[in-house]
Amino acid sequence: MLLNLFSKTKRNIFLLAFFLLVSPFMQADWFALNMTRGSTDISNEVFELHMLIFWICVAIGVVVFSVMFYSMWAHTKEKNPVPAKFHENHKLEIAWTIIPFLILIAMAVPASKTLVKIYDDEAGDINIQVTGYQWKWQYRYLEDDVSFFSNLSTDLDEIYNLVPKGENYLQEVDEMVVIPAGKKVRFLITANDVIHSWWLPAFAIKQDAIPGFVNTAWTVVDEPGIYRGKCTELCGKNHGFMPIVVKVVEQPEYDEWVYNKKQEAIKMAELTTKEWTAAELVERGQSIYEVNCVACHQTSGQGISGIFPALAGSDVVMNNKDRNIEILMEGVQGAAMNSFSYLSEVELAAVITYTRQSWGNAEKGDGEIVIPKDIVDYKKPKI
Amino acid sequence: MSAVIENHHDDHDHGPAKGITRWLYTTNHKDIGTLYLWFSFAMFLIGGAMAMVIRAELFQPGMQIVEPEFYNQMITLHGLIMIFGGVMPAFVGLANWLVPMMIGAPDMALPRMNNLSFWILPFAFFILLSSLFMEGGAPNFGWTFYAPLSTTYAPPSVTFFIFSVHIMGASSIMGAINVVVTIMNMRAPGVSLMKMPLFVWSWLITAYLLIAVMPVLAGAVTMMLMDIHFGTSFFNAAGGGDPVLFQHIFWFFGHPEVYIMILPAFGIVSHIIETFSRKQLFGYSSMVWAMLSIAILSFVVWAHHMFTVGLPLAAEIFFMWATMLIAVPTGVKVFNWVATMFRGSLTFETPMLFAVAFVVLFTIGGLSGLMLAIVPADFQYHDTYFVVAHFHYVLVPGAIFSIMAAVYYWIPKWSGNMYDERLGKLHFWLSFVGVNVTFFPQHFIGLAGMPRRYPDYALIFADWNMVSSVGAFLFGFSQLLFLFIVIKTVMGGKKATDQVWEGAKGLEWTVASPAPYHTFSTPPKVD
Repeated sequence: MLLNLFSKTKRNIFLLAFFLLVSPFMQADWFALNMTRGSTDISNEVFELHMLIFWICVAIGVVVFSVMFYSMWAHTKEKNPVPAKFHENHKLEIAWTIIPFLILIAMAVPASKTLVKIYDDEAGDINIQVTGYQWKWQYRYLEDDVSFFSNLSTDLDEIYNLVPKGENYLQEVDEMVVIPAGKKVRFLITANDVIHSWWLPAFAIKQDAIPGFVNTAWTVVDEPGIYRGKCTELCGKNHGFMPIVVKVVEQPEYDEWVYNKKQEAIKMAELTTKEWTAAELVERGQSIYEVNCVACHQTSGQGISGIFPALAGSDVVMNNKDRNIEILMEGVQGAAMNSFSYLSEVELAAVITYTRQSWGNAEKGDGEIVIPKDIVDYKKPKI
Repeated sequence: MSAVIENHHDDHDHGPAKGITRWLYTTNHKDIGTLYLWFSFAMFLIGGAMAMVIRAELFQPGMQIVEPEFYNQMITLHGLIMIFGGVMPAFVGLANWLVPMMIGAPDMALPRMNNLSFWILPFAFFILLSSLFMEGGAPNFGWTFYAPLSTTYAPPSVTFFIFSVHIMGASSIMGAINVVVTIMNMRAPGVSLMKMPLFVWSWLITAYLLIAVMPVLAGAVTMMLMDIHFGTSFFNAAGGGDPVLFQHIFWFFGHPEVYIMILPAFGIVSHIIETFSRKQLFGYSSMVWAMLSIAILSFVVWAHHMFTVGLPLAAEIFFMWATMLIAVPTGVKVFNWVATMFRGSLTFETPMLFAVAFVVLFTIGGLSGLMLAIVPADFQYHDTYFVVAHFHYVLVPGAIFSIMAAVYYWIPKWSGNMYDERLGKLHFWLSFVGVNVTFFPQHFIGLAGMPRRYPDYALIFADWNMVSSVGAFLFGFSQLLFLFIVIKTVMGGKKATDQVWEGAKGLEWTVASPAPYHTFSTPPKVD
C-alpha cells in the first residue's frame, strides 16, 4: 500500500536501501529467537505446548495492556479532570477470577498429558548409563560393555581468543555418544561428584545428574545426524565447558561402531601386560593429564592456591608412590579430589608416572615410576 | 564529656542527637529507616558493579576479562548481595519509615531491637565481601548454593558465608517480628485491619512469611556447616545423605522468599497508582485477599524450581497445577490496578512512571513465570537464560522499580524537598530502556539454548548477548544519576508541602514535610 505511492524506480531504490540497512541483521544469529522444534515426537509436542502457552500469554498481555494504555491515553487529567467514583464491581471481579482459572485449566490439561507420555519409562532397546563428572561425561552401554569419556575438544587457544573460533565452538567433544536411529534409547543419568544436568534440546531431555540417584530419560530419534547439548546445572569452574554431542546413525553403522569399540578395549587390556619404559609412560600420561587433571592442578602442576593442591613439589608425588596410587584410586575424603579408578590400569600408571617425572619432581624426589602392574596389584584383594 | 551528656539529655524529647552517635545509638524509626535505605543503596551499587563484570565478560564469546572461577564468584555474590543486601533491606527501610506513620503510631514497637537488627547487617556483608580476599576465593556455587558443590566441593570461605547468612537471617527475623508487633498493637484508634493502607497489609503478610522461612534457611546452612566440619552426611550421598533434600529445604525457604521480595512492591504500587489516578483504589479487599492467597500458596509450590531433579509424576503434576493457581490472585491484582487507572484523572510524575512500568514489566515477568510452570516446557526452559530473563523481569522492573517509585513518592515527605522532576523522568526513561534492552533479549538467548551461569558460550548466542550487555551498562550507569538525584534532593530544592501530591491519601501526608523527628506521640483520630 505504502509502496504504491512511489514510482517504480523510487520504489526499487527504497527497497534496495531497506535491504542494505537490514542486511547486517539478516544473519542467522539474529533470528535465534525461539525454542527449536527438535527431532523427536516428544520434542515436537513440547514445542507445540510452548507455542500454545506463548500465544495465550501474548493474548492476555494484549488485552490487559490495551485497556491500560487506552486509559493512559484517554483518562489523563487534561482530558478527564473529574475522576470516576467507582471502586468495586462484584460481577467484574468474579469474572476476572473465573476466566483466568478456566484458561489455566486449558493450558494444564495438555501439559499433563504430554508429561505422562514423557514419564512412560520402560526399558529401552539400548540402555546407556550417563555419569556426570567435573567436568566431563561418561557413557556406559549397559548391554555391550562399552564405556568411554566424552570431553570438550575445543582448543584453549580458541577460548582465550588467540585463534579464530571454529563453527562448533564449545559444542564439540573428543568422543560422541553414538545411538541407532529408530530405536528406543534409555539414558540412566547419575553423577560422580556434584550435581550436573544432562540437556539435549533436540530430544527435549533435561535430567539432573545427581550423586547417589539414578534418573531416567528416553528418546527415539528417527533422523540420523549430530545433536548437541550442554550441562545445565552449575557444577563448578568448568560448568560451561562440558558439552554433550550425540550422533544418531543407522543400525548397521551402529553395530560396526560397537564392534570397533570392543576391539579397542581388548587392545587396551593387552597394553597392561606390555613392558613399559618411563619415557613411554610419560608421553602417554601427558595427554591423560591434560584431559583429566589440568582443570584443577593446572598445566604447570601448581594447582590453585587454597583450593586445588600443587603436584609440583608435592611430597606424595615425589616420594610416596603407594600413597600416590591410593589417592588416584580412592580419592581424598572431604575434598574435591575424586577417585579416578575408572581409568584403565595403563592410563593410571601413565598419568601418575607423568606427574612424578614432570616439573622437576623426579630430580627432587625418588623418581620412581608406576607401571600398569602396580595398579593391577593394588586392585587385588588385600589380605 | 558532661556537656555531651547534658546535650543528649536536652535533645531527648526534641530531636536527634548530634554526630555519629545519632546513627549508632538511634532507636528512632525514621533514622533506622534512613540507615536501611542508604545501606541497601550501597549494596545495590556493589551488587550492580558485579553485574557489570558479568555482562562485560559475556559481551563477546571467549574468556576476556575474568577467569571462570572468578566469574562463578561474581554470579554468586551478585545474587546474594542484591537479594539480601539490596531488595530486602530497602523494603525494611521503607517499612520503618512508613508503617508507624501510616498507622498513626509514634515509633516501632521494639525500638532497641530495631537498632540491633540494622546494625548487625553491615557486619554480615563485611564478612561476605571479605571472602573475596580469602584463600580459595569467595563462594562460587551460585546464590542457591546447592550441595554438594557448596559443601564437599566448596572453597574454605563457605564457613564465613554460612555465618554471614545466619546474621542476615537473624536481622530479617528481628525486623519482621518488629513489624508484626507494631502493626498488631500500635494502630491508632479507628485503624482497623481492613482499613490499613495496603503497604501496611503487604508488610504484615511479608513479615509472617519471613518469620516462617528464615529459620528454614538457617537450618539449611547449619546442616551444611555440620557436613563440612562435623562429619555429618545430610547432603552427602557417599555417607547415606541426600543432595536433593538440600534443594527441598532451600526452596521451601526460597519460594516464599520470592514473594517476600514482591509483596511490599504490590503495596507501594497500589498507593502510587491510587494517588496519581486521583481515584479510590479498585477492589481494596480483593487486593488483601489476593496477597494472602499468594502468601499461602507460596508454601506449596517450592518444587517447581526442581522439575528436573527426577520427581515422581504425581509430584510434578501437583506442583505444576499449584503453581499455575498463583496466576489467579496475581492476575486479580493487575486487573485491579488497571481498573483503578480506568476513568481516573491521570498524571505521570516520576513515581507514577515507575509504577506503570512496574505493572507492565512485572506482568511480562509473571507471564513468563506461567510458561515456566508448564513442566514439559520447563524441561526446555529450566536453567537457561529464559529463567534469568524471567526472574530479572520480576525483580528489577518489579521489586527495584517499586523501590525507586517509593523513593520518589515519599522523599518529599522524608527530606522536606521536592526532587528534580526533569532529572527524575530522565532517570526513569534511561532505566526503562536499559532494563528492557538488558533482559528482553535474554528470553531469546534462553529459548535458543544458552544455559545460565555460563562464563562463555557458543557463537550462535553472540549477537543478543552483546545487546544485553549494552543494555546492562546503560541501566547500571543510570543508577549513578539516581544517586545524584537523591543527594541533590536531600541537600535542598523546592520545599514540599505537607500534602505533597494532590491525590495522596493517608496519615503520613497529614504531618509536616519533612516529617518531624517524632510523629503521632498522641494517636491521631481516624474514622
